[in-house]
Amino acid sequence: MGGFQFFLEVLIGGLLSGVMYSLVALGFVLIYKASGVFNFAQGAMVFFAAVTFVGIMELGLPFWAALLVTIGVMVLLGMATERFVLRPLVNQHEITLLMATIGLTFVIEGVAQLVWGVGVRRLDLGIKDVPLPWLADNTGIFISQLDIFAAAVAGFLVATLALLFAKTDTGRALRAVADDHAAALSIGIPLKRIWALVWAIAGIVALVAGMLWGARSGVQFALVFVALKALPVLIIGGFTSVPGVIVAGLIVGASEKLAEVYIGPSVGGGIESWFPYVLAILFLLIRPEGLFGEKIIRRV
Amino acid sequence: MTIQLHAHARAFPIGATILQVDDVSLRFGGVRALTGVSFDVREHEVRAIIGPNGAGKSSMLNVINGVYQPQEGTLTFRGNKLDGMTPRRAAHMGISRTFQNIALFKGMTVLDNIMAGRNLRMHASFLEVAFRLPRATREEAENRDVVEEIIEFLEIEHIRKTPVGRLPYGLQKRVELGRALAAEPSILLLDEPMAGMNIEEKQDMCRYVLDVNDHYGTTVVLIEHDMGVVMDISDRVVVLDYGKKIGDGSPEEVRANQEVIDAYLGVAH
Amino acid sequence: MFYREAGQFRTSYAQDSQIFPLRQDRLAMIALLAVAFLLIPAVASDYWLRALLIPWLIFSLVAMGQNILTGYAGQLSLGSAGFMAVGAFACYNLMLRVDGMPFLVALVLSGLCAAAVGVAFGLPSLRIRGLYLAVATLAAQFFIVWALDKFGWFKNYDPSGVITAQPMEILGYEFASPQAKYLLVLAIVAGLALLAKNMARGATGRAWMAVRDMDVAAEVMGLPLMRTKLQAFAISSFYCGVGGALFAFAYLGTVEPSAFTIDLSFRILFMIIIGGVGTILGSFLGAGFILLLPILLSVVFHAVVGQAVDASVVSAVELIVFGSLIIIFLIVEPHGLARLWQVTKERLRLWPFPH
Repeated sequence: MGGFQFFLEVLIGGLLSGVMYSLVALGFVLIYKASGVFNFAQGAMVFFAAVTFVGIMELGLPFWAALLVTIGVMVLLGMATERFVLRPLVNQHEITLLMATIGLTFVIEGVAQLVWGVGVRRLDLGIKDVPLPWLADNTGIFISQLDIFAAAVAGFLVATLALLFAKTDTGRALRAVADDHAAALSIGIPLKRIWALVWAIAGIVALVAGMLWGARSGVQFALVFVALKALPVLIIGGFTSVPGVIVAGLIVGASEKLAEVYIGPSVGGGIESWFPYVLAILFLLIRPEGLFGEKIIRRV
Repeated sequence: MTIQLHAHARAFPIGATILQVDDVSLRFGGVRALTGVSFDVREHEVRAIIGPNGAGKSSMLNVINGVYQPQEGTLTFRGNKLDGMTPRRAAHMGISRTFQNIALFKGMTVLDNIMAGRNLRMHASFLEVAFRLPRATREEAENRDVVEEIIEFLEIEHIRKTPVGRLPYGLQKRVELGRALAAEPSILLLDEPMAGMNIEEKQDMCRYVLDVNDHYGTTVVLIEHDMGVVMDISDRVVVLDYGKKIGDGSPEEVRANQEVIDAYLGVAH
Repeated sequence: MFYREAGQFRTSYAQDSQIFPLRQDRLAMIALLAVAFLLIPAVASDYWLRALLIPWLIFSLVAMGQNILTGYAGQLSLGSAGFMAVGAFACYNLMLRVDGMPFLVALVLSGLCAAAVGVAFGLPSLRIRGLYLAVATLAAQFFIVWALDKFGWFKNYDPSGVITAQPMEILGYEFASPQAKYLLVLAIVAGLALLAKNMARGATGRAWMAVRDMDVAAEVMGLPLMRTKLQAFAISSFYCGVGGALFAFAYLGTVEPSAFTIDLSFRILFMIIIGGVGTILGSFLGAGFILLLPILLSVVFHAVVGQAVDASVVSAVELIVFGSLIIIFLIVEPHGLARLWQVTKERLRLWPFPH
């Protein structure tokens, strides 16, 4: 198999996981845009959604019923978070809120472990994790069908949400809330309803991300760390930008895979564990607000 | 409100130009904060900058002090033309300031805040501080002496150990003045030092400002909205409107200036 | 009544700026030190020393490091465990490769190594802040642990994967018994705590807090932002590094990267949140709390539920309780246990009067 074909394989594989990172990062962006809070627990929520879905299916419910129930659970989780964690801390320093969401991460992980136990679970979406036949036959490039499906779903969701934000009334209301809560309230935007909506969307995004990742690599605790990878994506793309998240996800996914494959062997592998973070630092030093983020001018 | 100003001979007569602002223009993206502003500040005087809201007064102070870099124009300090002012340079040159929205260190006590203002005179390294070596303890005691004088001067002895975040607004402003004074500045930039104060507090503040100017000869540049205060305590006034200078002279001259009157009354131009 | 300060006058600034201005506090501290140095080694069981007191002291030290960086200087760091790892491995390598290296010297040098790494990873703080900086410190955490694991040189190419820490020796005396280890760790931690307290109360601490509270104003006053931030990173990492070395040498007995996970970094952060951000006392209180809580939980569990409970259930409950406590503390008492202690002392000053 030619070197270029291999390169394409790695690149495309990386881009595909990149789309998935974007999906997870999107959950962060949504909540940050709507409430100014960086929800560190988003990763735990991805894991929690996936494990709840699989758990409910194991209890006997069919696919779509389980999906609906899980969505309901995620929405409830989001609203509970808003009510019990964020609202009491509403005027605090952003670092305080961040630390509270770190605490929330532990709580969610604990609940998941308590209810569903430890151990890896399989998630079957009906699509096999085998190379796409016609691609392999015609070009000699091996790319998993599952990966392509996952990327397609994630991409669709990201694109839909991006359009929603930009074009619809609700999207405009969400952007207004993100900009200035008090101002949004004063023109009659129902703040609580908007927040409930945002958390619901973030919960659904977490569920889809969890299901897709879970189908690829099994539903297990390590999923939380995959979600942590979304952090460099956010930094590179800018915390408030949906297009930024898409581009940055692709960059992180591709570069991480390429680095692992091409540089990895000479240093013993495992580069993926830190490469996106170091990349994020480098980006930060050049563009502190991220590729697409807003430049912050501090008025004194 | 009247204050008998300079009924006695000034201890520090107004001297030569200490700060020259030449043709300064400042833009934020599309917003023009300042356009071609020029004026001078003479040593030992009290110079007021006035103007309607949004006229660019705070921006002007920020330029003098290096927080913002103007796109055009120069600053000349004691005859030396400066290329590029940074807040640290300003501090080293003896320029101190207070902020419109109070920039105190909310997590520290009054005493610590003002002691922090002495940092340029404290040279002990962290190791000397950690091991309480003689230089560190000596510096701490000497600077504490000076800071206590300032605390006495500003009549805030009773709150010296109170965390600043718990103090009422008026006292916070006084503490901020104290912190600025701690550096023993040659130029004191005050951004609306009397905003939000009642009559008694304003009188106190005026007294402090005048005392500092009288006693130590500190040049004062202050932004102020209260016309009575401006008329009473300043030697000369600069008027800004929409980022441009529209008046410059003694308080009486400026008060009679038609352009200034128009600006305040909002006549379209 | 007992805590009144009537009759205690401070007639010099030096007196006013003591750590313990009240005589009662000074006496209490002396008593505490006497108990710590004299009584405890004599009466405490080996288990207590090995499993509770020694790790508590070590974690207090690391929590102090975290407090210096996050609490006093306001730079949120999620990489403390990484700096601990640097200290541990530096100590191991120094003792291994330098003939006759005295343990205390190795300890100080390991701290300096950790400080250097801390400064390197702290450089981004000059341009980025808050959330972004926290993620950058994650880079430190992941990279350091990966590097220490991957490059066999650090482990002296030991194939077994578990390196035993060398014995701690000073002037020929080997600190092997739990009592000896305890006293050594106690002395080191108490000394470093005093230094930290002095720094925090002095000009160094003021500079850190100024940068934390309002860095623009700090700059305007002439404070060198870059130097102050990097200094905080350096000193903080020094403390974490020494703590890490002690963690490996005086507690675990082994030197391995897997002991210094991101989970540990989070726990250290929790220690200072619960203990009290920006206080030295809080480091001790928080470390104690986080250490004791799992033990308390399992005792309660066994008392309530009776028969052996599945370990995963206990650890799940531990996670939930930890996380909830963090949230509760942040809402109810963001200044942690140290503030609660302070409030108690204020009440004691008036006791038995209500006000």
